[in-house]
Amino acid sequence: MADQLAIGSRRGLRPALPLLLPAYLWLTVAIFLPLSAMVFFSFMTDLPLAGKDWAFTLGNYAAFFSQSLYSTLLFASLRLGLEVTLWCVVIGYPAAYVLAKVLKGRSREAIFLLVILPFWSNGLVRIFSWAMVLREGGILDTALNAVLPFKINIDLMYSYPAVIIGLVHSYVPYMVLTCYLTLQAIDDSLIEAGRSLGASRRQVLWRVIIPLSMPGLIAGSALIFVPVVGSFMEPRILGGRTGTFYGTVIEDQFVAVFNWPLGAALSFILLAVVLIILALAAPVLRRAG
Amino acid sequence: MRMPRLTAFLTATAVFVSAFTLAAQAAEEVHVLNWKGYGADEPWAVANFEKATGFKVVNDFFNSEQEMLTKIRTNPGLYDVVMINAAFNDQAMAGKLIQPIDVSKLSNYADIAKDKAGSPMLNHDGKVYGVPWVWGLTALAINEKSFDKPPTSIAEMWDPAHKGRVIIRDDAVEAVQFGALASGQNINDIKDMEAVKAKLTSLMPQIKTFWSSENDWNQMVASNQIDIGTYWSGSADRAKTHFKLPVSLVIPQEGSVAWLDAFSIPAGSKNVAGAEAFINYMIDPKFYVEWVTKVGAPVSANTKAVDALPEDAFNRKVMGSPDVAKRIQFQAPVTDEQREKYLALWQELKVNVK
Repeated sequence: MADQLAIGSRRGLRPALPLLLPAYLWLTVAIFLPLSAMVFFSFMTDLPLAGKDWAFTLGNYAAFFSQSLYSTLLFASLRLGLEVTLWCVVIGYPAAYVLAKVLKGRSREAIFLLVILPFWSNGLVRIFSWAMVLREGGILDTALNAVLPFKINIDLMYSYPAVIIGLVHSYVPYMVLTCYLTLQAIDDSLIEAGRSLGASRRQVLWRVIIPLSMPGLIAGSALIFVPVVGSFMEPRILGGRTGTFYGTVIEDQFVAVFNWPLGAALSFILLAVVLIILALAAPVLRRAG
Repeated sequence: MRMPRLTAFLTATAVFVSAFTLAAQAAEEVHVLNWKGYGADEPWAVANFEKATGFKVVNDFFNSEQEMLTKIRTNPGLYDVVMINAAFNDQAMAGKLIQPIDVSKLSNYADIAKDKAGSPMLNHDGKVYGVPWVWGLTALAINEKSFDKPPTSIAEMWDPAHKGRVIIRDDAVEAVQFGALASGQNINDIKDMEAVKAKLTSLMPQIKTFWSSENDWNQMVASNQIDIGTYWSGSADRAKTHFKLPVSLVIPQEGSVAWLDAFSIPAGSKNVAGAEAFINYMIDPKFYVEWVTKVGAPVSANTKAVDALPEDAFNRKVMGSPDVAKRIQFQAPVTDEQREKYLALWQELKVNVK
């Protein structure tokens, strides 16, 4: 019986091979090899370029633990990731609900387009347009002062809130899309059944809709949390003197100081920490789901 | 059988032709690596050079000296000309990233000021590894709208009146050397690091943001968000002449950091003749005068080029004056050890701001 199964699965695998091959070849060449090279670099004292001497070392990893600087920054980045994810849920989930359950036909398409639109523009363009909106004497400041009877001074540029605003804007479409997919799959008759059995709207939301759409919320959160923790472009441009995060320090190691080994080691520490967080969160989230 | 043979013939032709054009292109193109908006990429200059020599210029840019070194390290053979701050020439040469230049091919080389051409930073074992191009200062620049009369001291940066309206460059070495000037030390031999740290720590709350390119600085002034900051002399000139911004340069009484920019030819360049022609054109008086007049530039290392400027030109009158010469300190090469120490200090300062 077991043998038969094995033969059956082998038969299934062989015809599938040509279909799988391009994807796995691509993954090997474009992701696995460079990543392994980076793992290798992270244990070296110097890059083996231009005949420089190098040796294996754990010093790059030790640097993380010997200086409080890096853990402080990692903590700040994790907090940034949590805050941005939270705001994306608060803003993205209701929007996804309206798209999936309230709007129909043309209007849904139009709103959907507006959600996707930021994806089509370059990330740097988005950030620089925020710079024009948020700065003192910028669009937001001028517009509010034109409407309000009293004088207020809005200068959000180069601050922590500016970084949050920029990142939320960049990542909220992920949340809308993943939540939309799971919300749309919920059968309307389940909601109607709940209502007809006497549940209030709030009860239907908490007991039916949110549990059923949990996979979308979790997928969206993971998709947002992981890149935000390592983000460097938004903090650098919008954060000003408060814009130093774990991601910007890694970028500095690669671009500004040419210390690739340390940059690689810091990146893998980040990867490990993120994986641990996701692993710890998995059982909790699974129970909730 | 006729079709496949025809196809094979066509393919062979196509491969041959594309290989030929590729080779031809590689020979005629001069790949230049420099700061953006820094002379070498001026459209009129590129057009003049291309018309005179027949080479085609391809520009690429960097945002920090370290990025420049990374680019030539990771793309061997791609670049033909690279602009390197003389203080980094040592490092590039030690890493075998650049090759000796045959200066007999550069007709303008003889006119370069002797102290610049003979700089030990650019000459190693009797060979020339860098052709001095321009020099200038990392001094202060002010937003003219915020001052009735220009300040004379670095201390102005710490004035509470400018809180949140000061800008400095996000560069560890520049920041530390600036701190050294502010605490009255020699930038190339900093004895009291604690004094530098204390100075910079008290400067942090004054700062609006860090700049990394000229464009950042100019935008901050254009939107009237800053009063004063560190800036390069050539950039300040350009902001005023070319972009018509209310910017003026201040050389404080405490002194300024001076730097010398030079052109080098990367090892493995595919077009050394094109590179030599381009470097010679860059140090030509005609190019320099046009650059200063149209755009604004630092001071040329070519004495004939500076003499070709009008008597009262800033680059001739102020930058050439003995009073300024006394106050400036030329930047010497920084060792990796020092650089790491400076970076650690700078990162610590930036993290403690939070």
